[in-house]
Amino acid sequence: MFVNFFHELKNANLPVSLREYLTLLEAMDKDIPNRKIEEFYYLSRSTLVKDEKNLDKFDRVFGHVFKGLESLESDEITEIPEEWLKTLNEKFLTEEEKQKIESMGGWDKLMEELKKRLEEQEKRHEGGSKWIGTGGTSPYGSDGYNPEGIRIGQKENKNYKAVKVWDKREFKNLDKDVEIGTRNIKVALRRLRKFARDGAADTLDLPGTIKNTADKGYLDISLVPERRNKVKVLLFFDIGGSMDMHVKLCEELFSAAKTEFKNMESFYFHNCLYESVWKDNRRRHTEKIDTWDILHKYSSDYKVIFVGDASMSPYEITYPGGSVEHWNEEAGAEWLQRITDIYQNVIWINPVETKHWEFTPSTQIISQIISDRMYPLTLDGLDKGMKELSRNK
Amino acid sequence: MKFEGTKDYIATEDLRIAVNAAVTLERPLLIKGEPGTGKTVLAEEVSKALKMPLITWHIKSTTKAQQGLYEYDAITRLRDSQLGDEKVKDIKNYIKQGKLWEAFESNERPILLIDEIDKADIEFPNDLLQELDRMEFFVYETNETIKAAKRPVVIITSNNEKELPDAFLRRCFFHYISFPDADTMEKIVDVHYPKIKSKLVSESLKVFYELRDVPGIKKKPSTSELLDWLKLLMNEDIKPEMLREKNANNLIPPLHGALLKNEQDVHLFERLAFLARRENG
Repeated sequence: MFVNFFHELKNANLPVSLREYLTLLEAMDKDIPNRKIEEFYYLSRSTLVKDEKNLDKFDRVFGHVFKGLESLESDEITEIPEEWLKTLNEKFLTEEEKQKIESMGGWDKLMEELKKRLEEQEKRHEGGSKWIGTGGTSPYGSDGYNPEGIRIGQKENKNYKAVKVWDKREFKNLDKDVEIGTRNIKVALRRLRKFARDGAADTLDLPGTIKNTADKGYLDISLVPERRNKVKVLLFFDIGGSMDMHVKLCEELFSAAKTEFKNMESFYFHNCLYESVWKDNRRRHTEKIDTWDILHKYSSDYKVIFVGDASMSPYEITYPGGSVEHWNEEAGAEWLQRITDIYQNVIWINPVETKHWEFTPSTQIISQIISDRMYPLTLDGLDKGMKELSRNK
Repeated sequence: MKFEGTKDYIATEDLRIAVNAAVTLERPLLIKGEPGTGKTVLAEEVSKALKMPLITWHIKSTTKAQQGLYEYDAITRLRDSQLGDEKVKDIKNYIKQGKLWEAFESNERPILLIDEIDKADIEFPNDLLQELDRMEFFVYETNETIKAAKRPVVIITSNNEKELPDAFLRRCFFHYISFPDADTMEKIVDVHYPKIKSKLVSESLKVFYELRDVPGIKKKPSTSELLDWLKLLMNEDIKPEMLREKNANNLIPPLHGALLKNEQDVHLFERLAFLARRENG
């Protein structure tokens, strides 16, 4: 009856299932909506939408299907660029960046040009050197590497989702490739959790006691050692600069990780690992920890996870003094190499989509150093990463 | 049997549809919304309106799904067996019924409120899928199946602290209690304090919505806070004029402690008030 509506919802990437559709039909059969369009709207909303995030999307699809308004798609096209402009305004620029903008004829000129191009541009674009989009070398758009470029970074995944509708890319495995919430992260990280009983037998084994008592006919208490999570993890988070737009995702990862492991230490670094890291980002300049101390303190059975976008100038990795923040005596590559030498299980989780990796030389260098153990921050990627980490060589 | 709201509870139309759909189709109803918008109260009011008994199961971080079904008290049985108690011969004496069991065996069709399901372990909803779907479960110790005589109306509330699994969501109706607009709010206030002066209500609502619009506030005051505040205002006999006064010393609403629960929020608000005063002055 409402197959068309259902398909439109599905096409708009709303997580609706057949079961919910059948529930809706069942409710219609029982005359719950009283043959009023508003009531039908409320009923279908409460049946098909299970997350307030999707309510807005649902509304648009509903309006489109039942009133013949303009489609969701064309709506997105007019809406998104505005969003881009807005974020751009919010973004505060450093003196240096401002000077770069001056070199392009000033802020106003840049914005004007941006608007002009947005008008010319009819669809989302990737790569290339003129249009606005991702991964290109045009001065406009996100993830661009034009030094004169402005990064139009999206903090929320709102745009990211819109992009999916927009591009209509076919995901080969929809469920596994979507960005992940805390719940999914937890489930993925759970793979790494290994429980082992060791130490003194001091906890009452209730099922064992009952079984022994029943077998022997008298009270026979049995004890077992406490179950302990054996997995020890060192986490290194890239923070600041190009990672700002990923920080929210990383924080989720961090909060999920916290409850999954018994022994977990986390440290922050900027862009690439050098001779010092820090634990509290607010006091990063005063309370630095010597990386050597970490290498000495934590034994080689720790598993190391880096979280970072690995997007920087190649010099920051390969040359001494390449760091953007300070003078480093030894190149970042040396430090990464040391980590991989000491710890068997090292992975790098990259929030940037896999398809952009090959266009970033620094990503490739790092990937090489850690022998291709770089995984995207998707459920699939995390799963593979965890599998790698739990391997015993 | 239709839920139309009660004299103590203003239900918007979408909420009524959602409740009625859940009652008619015998599916769980998942309620989300800002804290203090009346999620838990809803179950109580539905129970009153439809004259069904209410069974409440409060979920804590340590709650296990099994506890809702039944618990087998092995320790007491073990001790009794050592003491040679007669009770030990019947295992039924050591099975403690949970809230779900209670709801399944109720003579009248009950309302089962599973309150704050997101507090529990992440797997908790998954463990209850089958039980809520079929409304039956199996007791291994006594080899019996407990089946609901009359399928209870299940109302589940969540505060969004954890995401719920998809399989669970697919089986529910969902309603998000959005924050009431000014008109609905006036009705709600009217239901709670019929004797309050309408001038005071409109003035205080103005202050209240202004406060909610203050950018950067951490915990926005909600319906329940507004009601508390009004009660205080009535108690102290504050005049509506005092609320309207925008003079230099009185930019912070009287008795703001009922609305702002967070030190930083109070601080922020004071600072904004101070800035506003400087501008006016």
